[in-house]
Amino acid sequence: MNIPAWTPELQARLYQDMLLSRRFEERIVEMAKEKGRLPGMQILSVGQEAVAAGVVAALTPRDVIVSNHRSHAHLLCRGADPNTLMAEIMGKATGVNAGKAGTLHLAVPQLNVLMTSTVVGAGPPLAAGAAFAQQYTRSGAVTVVFFGDGAAAEGSVHEAMNLAGVWKLPLLLVCENNCWAGAQPCRVHCAVGDLSIRAAAYDMPGRAVDGNDVEAVYRLAAEMAAHCRGGRGPALIEARTYRMRGHGESDPQHYVDPAEIAAWSRRCPLKRYRQKLLDGGVLSAADLERMETGAMRKVADAVDFADRSPYPEARAALDDVWTAAPAL
Amino acid sequence: MTEMSFGQALNQALVLALEADEGVFVAGEGVGVSIHQDPNMPTHGLLERFGPRRVRDTPVSEAAIAGLAVGAAAMGLRPVVEIMFFPFITLASDMLVNHAGKLRYMSGGQSRFPLTVRVKAGVGFGAGSQHSHNLEAWMAHSPGLKLVWPSNPADAKGLLLGAIFDPDPVIVVEDMMLYWMRGQVPEGDNRQALGRARVVRAGTDCTLVAYGAALYTALEGARMAAEAGIACEVIDLRSLVPLDKACLLDSVRRTGRLVIVHEANRFCGYGAELAALAAEEAFEALKAPVRRVAPPSIPVPASPPQEGFFKPSAEAVAAAVKEICR
Repeated sequence: MNIPAWTPELQARLYQDMLLSRRFEERIVEMAKEKGRLPGMQILSVGQEAVAAGVVAALTPRDVIVSNHRSHAHLLCRGADPNTLMAEIMGKATGVNAGKAGTLHLAVPQLNVLMTSTVVGAGPPLAAGAAFAQQYTRSGAVTVVFFGDGAAAEGSVHEAMNLAGVWKLPLLLVCENNCWAGAQPCRVHCAVGDLSIRAAAYDMPGRAVDGNDVEAVYRLAAEMAAHCRGGRGPALIEARTYRMRGHGESDPQHYVDPAEIAAWSRRCPLKRYRQKLLDGGVLSAADLERMETGAMRKVADAVDFADRSPYPEARAALDDVWTAAPAL
Repeated sequence: MTEMSFGQALNQALVLALEADEGVFVAGEGVGVSIHQDPNMPTHGLLERFGPRRVRDTPVSEAAIAGLAVGAAAMGLRPVVEIMFFPFITLASDMLVNHAGKLRYMSGGQSRFPLTVRVKAGVGFGAGSQHSHNLEAWMAHSPGLKLVWPSNPADAKGLLLGAIFDPDPVIVVEDMMLYWMRGQVPEGDNRQALGRARVVRAGTDCTLVAYGAALYTALEGARMAAEAGIACEVIDLRSLVPLDKACLLDSVRRTGRLVIVHEANRFCGYGAELAALAAEEAFEALKAPVRRVAPPSIPVPASPPQEGFFKPSAEAVAAAVKEICR
């Protein structure tokens, strides 16, 4: 199994991906406070960026990603254009899905972020289908599906894990255990404390990782992706992380002990990695400052682009249900 | 043309599609090795002919089967999956309703989902309501899904081929009561466009509309009405989504009367949509109220006399026709 040696370029990328995701979503947090500024629900992955950055960096461009509600970091780490993402979040015509997805269903098929579902637990069966196609066409690529600890209770997740196990599909299941399913903590909604052990029931390797340690996530994702790519079937990663915001931006988190948030804040994946890179001499304070400025500019540009973009024509709502049928 | 059964015609369509396109694969519970040993079953012999890569027996796992179809279609394959009985489509319904039908739309038209779901349907084999429950109205109500329902062997082949090579998700309903019905079937690829109904009996006094096995109830009702001097025009709908509005409206405008026959529950059934269409777009032509001959809103009973009571009869069709043609 080939895990690339650490290079300053890779380490800088991991940090930069997390940084852009964080600044992008922090801007959404601010805009969500302005009445009427953003349509729909804002469901964010603040605090979980190391999972997105570490897993996505371990993939090849041909690998497929299936995402969920908290998709922004997955997409930005994959290289999606912040401008068209922000425009989509605002429901604008220039949005990456022409305004039909909104913030919740963002998908960028050109980047192989093939599908996003916000029906909790629906991602794994879809991803099993994509992984089947990869196996069927002998493409050598893998499919990664991100889902949460809440989704792990859905029957569809277990059906997909079983099918992937029986057919040895190249499917990497990444459970982002962020400690909360809505307002319910894991001990209330999950019969086991360690979700990764469920892999055993479907004859696949399952491992847990500190989901706030981006290098640890990257290493495990590279190892598990190599397993899937090698024709040995699916694998499960449980990335243990934390949902720093509420379920959505309208959720005041009144049910969370503030000490818990404070404790996880000290384990912030960005802070930790920044310190590590500084201590290791990989990046200088000036490098970090430059990256900070760059991320802030990208986010400001994205908001500006989205603000200046028009809404789609109302009647364009009728388009894109079906492909025009070919003449028979 | 060759004479064969409805099930053999479906089988021919699957064989042709598997031969024509490497992207076509067939998956479902027992589509390879079946508990049936009957050449009239649509997937009979496919595994032996095409092997386990193209013909895949799945776990008993309808959500995964439907998810397999959606995900593989997004990747450019043409999945043909089977849901064993119509009531089990509830287990697959999230993947069909929320994903197959919506993901293309939500992608802003960037993705395509050329998948086919074959589902066995029907009332009249004494299995009771968890194996007999026609849910076409649920599926037709969900945007993005197409639905066809052949009534004879030639259409079984042509509409299944049309569905497999259609660029969008299509549900093909197969009336199990018709699997052994014999008829002439064209050689080769006779794929049919979706969205076209067919007038199967011409008449001037009343339009009868049906699909699948109910078509034969309608035809028998038309024969009985003819004995009373009433000439019914009978339409085989063939495609419920898209609906051939022009064919239906043209007939209703000529006859001025409409009777709808189906084996799904009457309340909120597909026939209500047809009745509303006639009222909205051909009201001026109607000489009498629209009638629906359809089962009451009860689960399908298992006991033979009760199942017979549930199922629309030709006598009930003829009575409805005579009542509005008085």
